[in-house]
Amino acid sequence: MTHPFPLKEIDRIVSFSLYQKMYKIRHAETMIVKHYPENEMKVPMHMSMGQEAIAAGVCQALGNDNQVFASYRSHATYIAKTDETDMFFAEMYGRAGGTGKGKAGSMHLSCPEKGHLGSTGIVASAIPIAMGTAFANQYKDNGLVSCVFFGDGALEEGNFWETLNNSCVMKLPILFVCEDNEYAVHTHKSIRHGFSSITSVLAEFDCGVFQAHTTDVERIYQITGEAMDWIRTEEKPAFIHHSCYRYLEHVGISEDFELGYRSKKIFQEWLDKDPLKLQRTRLVSDLNYSEREIEKLEHQIHNEVLASIQKAKQASFPDVEELGKDVYR
Amino acid sequence: MRNLTFAQAIQEATMQEMERDSNVFIYGIGLPTHPKIFGTTEGLEERFGAKRCFDSPISEDSMTGFGIGAALSGLRPIQVHIRVDFLILAMNQLVNMASSYSYGSGGKLSVPLVVRAIIGRGFGQGYQHSKSLLSTFAHIPGLKVIAPSTPYDAKGLLISAIRDNNPVLVLEHRWLYWAESHVPEEPYTVPIGKGNMLREGKDITVVATSWMNIEALKAAEILARAGVSVEIIDPRTLSPLDDGLITESVKKTGHCIVADYDWLHCGFSAEVSARVGEQCFGYLQSPVERIGFASTPCPTTRFLENKFYPNAIHIIRAVEAKLKLKPTDLSGEEFYSHENRFKGPF
Repeated sequence: MTHPFPLKEIDRIVSFSLYQKMYKIRHAETMIVKHYPENEMKVPMHMSMGQEAIAAGVCQALGNDNQVFASYRSHATYIAKTDETDMFFAEMYGRAGGTGKGKAGSMHLSCPEKGHLGSTGIVASAIPIAMGTAFANQYKDNGLVSCVFFGDGALEEGNFWETLNNSCVMKLPILFVCEDNEYAVHTHKSIRHGFSSITSVLAEFDCGVFQAHTTDVERIYQITGEAMDWIRTEEKPAFIHHSCYRYLEHVGISEDFELGYRSKKIFQEWLDKDPLKLQRTRLVSDLNYSEREIEKLEHQIHNEVLASIQKAKQASFPDVEELGKDVYR
Repeated sequence: MRNLTFAQAIQEATMQEMERDSNVFIYGIGLPTHPKIFGTTEGLEERFGAKRCFDSPISEDSMTGFGIGAALSGLRPIQVHIRVDFLILAMNQLVNMASSYSYGSGGKLSVPLVVRAIIGRGFGQGYQHSKSLLSTFAHIPGLKVIAPSTPYDAKGLLISAIRDNNPVLVLEHRWLYWAESHVPEEPYTVPIGKGNMLREGKDITVVATSWMNIEALKAAEILARAGVSVEIIDPRTLSPLDDGLITESVKKTGHCIVADYDWLHCGFSAEVSARVGEQCFGYLQSPVERIGFASTPCPTTRFLENKFYPNAIHIIRAVEAKLKLKPTDLSGEEFYSHENRFKGPF
């Protein structure tokens, strides 16, 4: 563990913005849960619910220009990075105005104009692409950092280790963000990992290694800032290991405790430290935001999400010619 | 008229494109070190430095993703694999990622990535160092696949590939590197997606890929002495395939042999046969014949290796059978081998 840089004080506007990001993600997904049974969003949903603090904290620290790549559990990262839900819902509904004109779906969101360069349904496969973007940043000397989100399952993939290795060799400005929710579908990491602590293993690599075992979005934001400082100052990659809990099933909109692979008791423990709850309480108790101000924000987000859904439902599907378009550029 | 070898043509194309566009860079396992990928990367590191010409860890899949990411960011990477067999390790990045980036982003993102790989027979290379896999890659929408067979095409097609906004695989047969032909000094492009009539003829069409063009030329030369006029069509681009040149030729000759440098089953030869069948049905005077690898892994021992790879003799015998000619006496003929290299000219 390396913490060479002091944690920075957080402006209360940033604290508010962090809550805003998380609420927008949570609410967009809550609305997916509500509308999914209508069977108009004909796409598998890998829900981010419970893991919002990571996307929000990391993307807040990244800002607009640094690039992001995500896994198929893509919703949180997408909304945290882009702050938009119109193209997001258009894509969920398979409409022409979606991020990929409806051809991408929930697993393949991207928004290049906001620095989001893709989400992938193949575990770990965006990691090397993020490395290539980091190389381009180094090549152009533009000072940008490329960040890639992945789950604990990616730690079993060659693409992770190959990329980590070469990023260390080439001293690339890349931030690895591991969202460890302990499960690959239903399989616990204890029967997948031949190591007990990934951060201990990575300590021997020539990169910065950070831990954020918390649901406190501010802490995640601060640690990401530290990692970004490390990357820029040391001119080496950095890795952040996050612990988190996926509230819903691997794919779909329901809880899955009846399957018996994880207990509801542990879920309750995580729910007690739910990231939105923690941050909302902080805004009111420590930062003097009024209940009314927060309700106003939540109401605004509700209206925004609702409008996105209504627009998507009324929008047209892509023209049939779209089937053959964009295969080549 | 200035002649260059196939290897020199590739080197010159790369050098000129790197001069022209500072976004072009080249990398690959062992790339800057001896022996410079058959000479094709000669002088690049000296001229452009390690920033634009570099080695990589033995991480084929990840280093292909690296190229995709660099390409997404506006650079124009060229990745080189010393054997196409190693490129199989990068199928995930090629087939799952590179091929669909433009499609999945509604055309907002593009992957101008060139992946060069060396294919084919060498010196007892065996089943993990000598495949061609032309058809395997050509099967995937979103990838472009080119296989030049002349130095002129090698330079022009590589320049087109570097300037193309899509992932382009360039499959280069190792026995072609020493072949010479006229190559203009100035940069020029040969369009991707256009075939080439390598030899004009009237009696029979041979559609040949990669090295099989050299074998077809040899066959045509021998058959010409027996009064047979063979037309050779080199598609050059396997995907996307422009079949017009092929079908026009078959409509003219009425006979078609596809000599593919690959396995036959589900292969490029099957695709060409199907298209000829669909588009030239009334013109065909005989069924389309296919020539390709034996349906086995490639054996190492020379004796069996000679049976695995098709050559000019297979083409000659197929032409004779089609045109109902007596077999030519080939006893005095010399055919190509690892020791007896084709050196041109075309």
